[in-house]
Amino acid sequence: MIAHAIFFYFFSVIAILSAIMVVVSRNTVHAVFFLILDFVSIGCLFIMVGAEFLGMMMLIVYVGAVAVLFLFVVMIMNVSEQKLSWLRGSKKSNHIPVGLVISIVILLELIIVVGGWKYKGDFLNTRSFNLDGGITNTHQLGNVMYTEYIHLFQISGIILLLSMIGAIVLTYRKREGVKRQNYFEQISREREDSVELMDVNFKEGVKIDD
Amino acid sequence: MIEIGLGHYLVLGAVIFALGMIGIFLNRKNVIVILMSIELILLAVNINLVSFSIFLQDIVGQVFTMLILTVAAAEAAIGLAIIVVYYRNKGSIRVEEINQMKG
Repeated sequence: MIAHAIFFYFFSVIAILSAIMVVVSRNTVHAVFFLILDFVSIGCLFIMVGAEFLGMMMLIVYVGAVAVLFLFVVMIMNVSEQKLSWLRGSKKSNHIPVGLVISIVILLELIIVVGGWKYKGDFLNTRSFNLDGGITNTHQLGNVMYTEYIHLFQISGIILLLSMIGAIVLTYRKREGVKRQNYFEQISREREDSVELMDVNFKEGVKIDD
Repeated sequence: MIEIGLGHYLVLGAVIFALGMIGIFLNRKNVIVILMSIELILLAVNINLVSFSIFLQDIVGQVFTMLILTVAAAEAAIGLAIIVVYYRNKGSIRVEEINQMKG
């Protein structure tokens, strides 16, 4: 139990500090790095608490795909050095005190809700898929996800397909001077379009590029 | 303090959620940091779902966490595509200068 406490505090302190650094960091590239650190530490927490599959998914999906995508876009657009002026207090912006108050209130509300969480005994007898302790977390998740929640699984696949198509459609543009293949034109060529028979005179040859 | 229970994980989720909110409200310069704050908020939701799933001994929370992971990835892809298109048209993604719609 003491190991659990030590690991929990270690990972959660790192996660909270890196979340703070994501918000206040002046360099966007540094913010992406702190975001990666945050994802990794939360993934460690998931693994520690017993959700190994989700911890690994955290690493693969967030660190491997999303954070690298962020880093890619930040470095492509050369916006990493834009200064965040709110730390020094921009005069025109009135949003800062309001945002602070709202965020602190939301934090207090969530903490109060957590403090009132003492009725969990009533929920323990609900329908439980997790009774068999002899199989791994991935096995349990697969047992449920491909049977009871197959529609959820397919809907998430459709969401990914839509986001892929949407990103391609948004960023696609036609450029001038780029030669592309046109399969239909290639296939539908006739012999008469490209082959020409000529009578060649003796000792004169034929001039083909006139 | 030593006995780590559900409450500790929920407080961690709440703190990260609030940090994401602060990031959205306070950032006036860079849209990409706003997207990262949204990722932080979704991460906090994931923490809540997984900790409830573990402490209530119900695997369904982890199934829904998978759905939220998918939605977060899709949202990041679409948002970054929109930002790239906007940057290509305007040459800047400063939050203060995005005011064409006068909202």
